Amino acid sequence: MRNLTVIESPLAARTLFTVGPVPITEPVVVTWGIMGVLTFAGWLAARSLRIRPSRYQALIELVVVSIEDQVQSTMRVSAPQAYVPMIGTLFLFILTANWSSLVPGIEPPTAHIETDAALGLIVFFAILYFGIRARGLGGYLSTFAEPSIVMIPLNVVETFTRTFSLVVRLFGNVMSGVFIIGIILSLAGLLVPIPLMALELLVGAIQAYIFTVLAMVFIGSAVSARGAAGS
Amino acid sequence: MNWVEIVSILAAAMAVSFGAIGPALGEGRAVAAAMDAIARQPEAAGTISRTLFVGLAMIETMAIYCLVIALLVLFANPFIH
Repeated sequence: MRNLTVIESPLAARTLFTVGPVPITEPVVVTWGIMGVLTFAGWLAARSLRIRPSRYQALIELVVVSIEDQVQSTMRVSAPQAYVPMIGTLFLFILTANWSSLVPGIEPPTAHIETDAALGLIVFFAILYFGIRARGLGGYLSTFAEPSIVMIPLNVVETFTRTFSLVVRLFGNVMSGVFIIGIILSLAGLLVPIPLMALELLVGAIQAYIFTVLAMVFIGSAVSARGAAGS
Repeated sequence: MNWVEIVSILAAAMAVSFGAIGPALGEGRAVAAAMDAIARQPEAAGTISRTLFVGLAMIETMAIYCLVIALLVLFANPFIH
């Protein structure tokens, strides 16, 4: 009971330092760290590409090819190559962010709603961009009138709510894991939350997968002629 | 502690407890159906359990929504500050 009163709000981010008037919070620093690590890993792989790949290049090629297969089988569009860079980056970033809690002292940046809101905004504008690019402005707007003109308000609301639910889903899952591990650690002590942390790794991987699959479904429904899909 | 805080704590507890009922029933049905399917077709166990995990995560999100609401009520209540 002694520690319950000092549990920090899971909705607030700790400010590490300020640059001029701008406070830099912990999730921002961790996010830039993850971006640096991912960029460095990509640069390391692309530095010396060969026909007969080294072990590391083979590993990276395996990751890229499996992401391409997933995009191809989920979106069922004619040119999946256009979406692979964005979808793959989203997946790898969210996965790395969710698993960054393995490093002691680091809290996943996806446990704060600001990071998830930024990722959700990326998906939201990607849906608009790819939809308008594939069908033209008029063609994209006319998808809101499917299956009948009565559905326009519902379809407009759905455009926002599905992105919002994407954000809250990722935020809630990762944040609740961090929060529950914190509570158990304060009640039971060292080494007890380890099974829960293993469960969190599974949840983190599944949530990264679900986020990208839903983003692919939303973009695919805006691009292809079948009309908007639900959820 | 004033009335708003007392009601907020009660509301948070009720949000989590009642919000857990539906997803619990749903996850039970999903796991039962997956067990049934694996018993009938053990060779498809890999695909079934992969789809099951994704589906369970989707169902569990409903309970997580309630948890988010509870935490909002406890830590970011607009009527307290």
